Amino acid sequence: MDKAIEVKSLVKKFNDFVAVNDISFDVKRGEIFAFLGPNGAGKTTTIKMLTTLLHPTSGQILVNGYDPVKDQNNVRKSFGIVFQDPSLDDELTTYENMEFHGVLYGLDKKLMTNRIEELLNIVDLWDRKDSLVKTFSGGMRRRLEIARGLLHHPKVFFLDEPSLGLDPQTRTHLWNYVKDLNKKENITIFFTTHYMEEAERVAERIAVIDHGKIVAHGTLDELKKHTSTNTLEEAFLKLTGTEIREEEAGAADHLRMARRMWRRK
Amino acid sequence: MNTIYILWLRQLKRYLRSRSRIIGSIGQPLLFLVALGFGLGPIFKRAGDGNYIDFLAPGVIAQGILFTAIFTGIELIWDRQFGFLKETLVAPVSRFQIMLGRTIGGATIATIQGVIIFFLTLLVGFRPYSLAMLPIALVIMFLTALFFTALGTAIASTLDDMQGFQLIMNFLVLPLFFLSGSLFPLKGAPALLTLIAKFDPLTYGVDALRSSLANVTQFGLVNDIAILGILTAIILYIGSKLFSKIEI
Repeated sequence: MDKAIEVKSLVKKFNDFVAVNDISFDVKRGEIFAFLGPNGAGKTTTIKMLTTLLHPTSGQILVNGYDPVKDQNNVRKSFGIVFQDPSLDDELTTYENMEFHGVLYGLDKKLMTNRIEELLNIVDLWDRKDSLVKTFSGGMRRRLEIARGLLHHPKVFFLDEPSLGLDPQTRTHLWNYVKDLNKKENITIFFTTHYMEEAERVAERIAVIDHGKIVAHGTLDELKKHTSTNTLEEAFLKLTGTEIREEEAGAADHLRMARRMWRRK
Repeated sequence: MNTIYILWLRQLKRYLRSRSRIIGSIGQPLLFLVALGFGLGPIFKRAGDGNYIDFLAPGVIAQGILFTAIFTGIELIWDRQFGFLKETLVAPVSRFQIMLGRTIGGATIATIQGVIIFFLTLLVGFRPYSLAMLPIALVIMFLTALFFTALGTAIASTLDDMQGFQLIMNFLVLPLFFLSGSLFPLKGAPALLTLIAKFDPLTYGVDALRSSLANVTQFGLVNDIAILGILTAIILYIGSKLFSKIEI
């Protein structure tokens, strides 16, 4: 099995709104894969389906060979994720957030203690292990989320706009670490970003999604060749146009809206 | 088992770290005890029903448990809004365990709150009729807390934001409290009011508490506990169904 992720004819509808419209792609084991698209293109919705948070309307998904609809637990064990928005408990300390994760993933106590120390050292948070997360800056939170997502040694690591709101120093540090991890542990990286130079620098293959459809899929060179452009940014703009998108509400917002309308009737 | 424990522990740590919440939640029961207890006490006595503080104390304890329990259940919405819920929902554990851990954690907090209020009632002059019954009173407090935390969690599973919170307070929590016989004896109340009270789960919690603390009961301790136990099982089942359906 050389595919970490396989997606076939995946569709997600929220009532009449088609957020993901019949997309197919695959991610090879051990590769760094960038999933790009303008706001509201369907990136986060796709990630939510890959990570068992949303049920697809139709189509097939395999993550590490398991189906996120039928075999949730095996899928969940096999991936780690850094969400687009924060997902830490502010009222808990760094260490407690890590411990919570370790227990949920059924890690043995000794193994967990060792790994927490190791990971917190890597992300430079070991000396803040007893600080409450609510005292942390955005960059520190991100680093903690990354350490947490790796605690159970996932085979696939999802990063949904991990560099959002980070300064260039932290961003460089983050990507160096992720690249290193990918090389050493052969962890498959699936990430989204709005920084094209970031994708250009780290991604081995790229998919561009727009209006819920995949408009291009391949290596950086293939994308540039296909669009006759010189940089990923140009290629991206050529593929998705220069028109500014309204920030589409996320899946939860759609549900919220749907429920509100339903209630009013 | 570990899953349930770590979720329980999280709830408890959050509670113990928010001292303002603990202190704040003492104010309301104290107000009820002082204003109603001392204010209506003489009338209650004149009507021939005995010491009102003795009657009121179990009701106010139940009220504190009700408010804390529903609130900790509803806190699920916060977890959803601040993103932490996602972390638990992608973990390889059953949603039922997550829901159960949260609920038992919330129920523990509400029980602690009930115990704190119990000590407050001692300050205003309440005396339990039998020390031997105190452990039973504690069990009843926990059962009541479990029911209402599960109810709060079930409701929160279907809501996305806090906009519905006022609605829940005004149309669920306050009626549950005022119509439960916490403040007045159901015996001798108008038939319609007694009928409504019979559909209020808090009624049985209050009655059981009053039975174990003040030796006054309307339905009998065993009946109260049986009804409360069955209702708790049902709401836990419904709550876990609703919780497992959450999509983010």
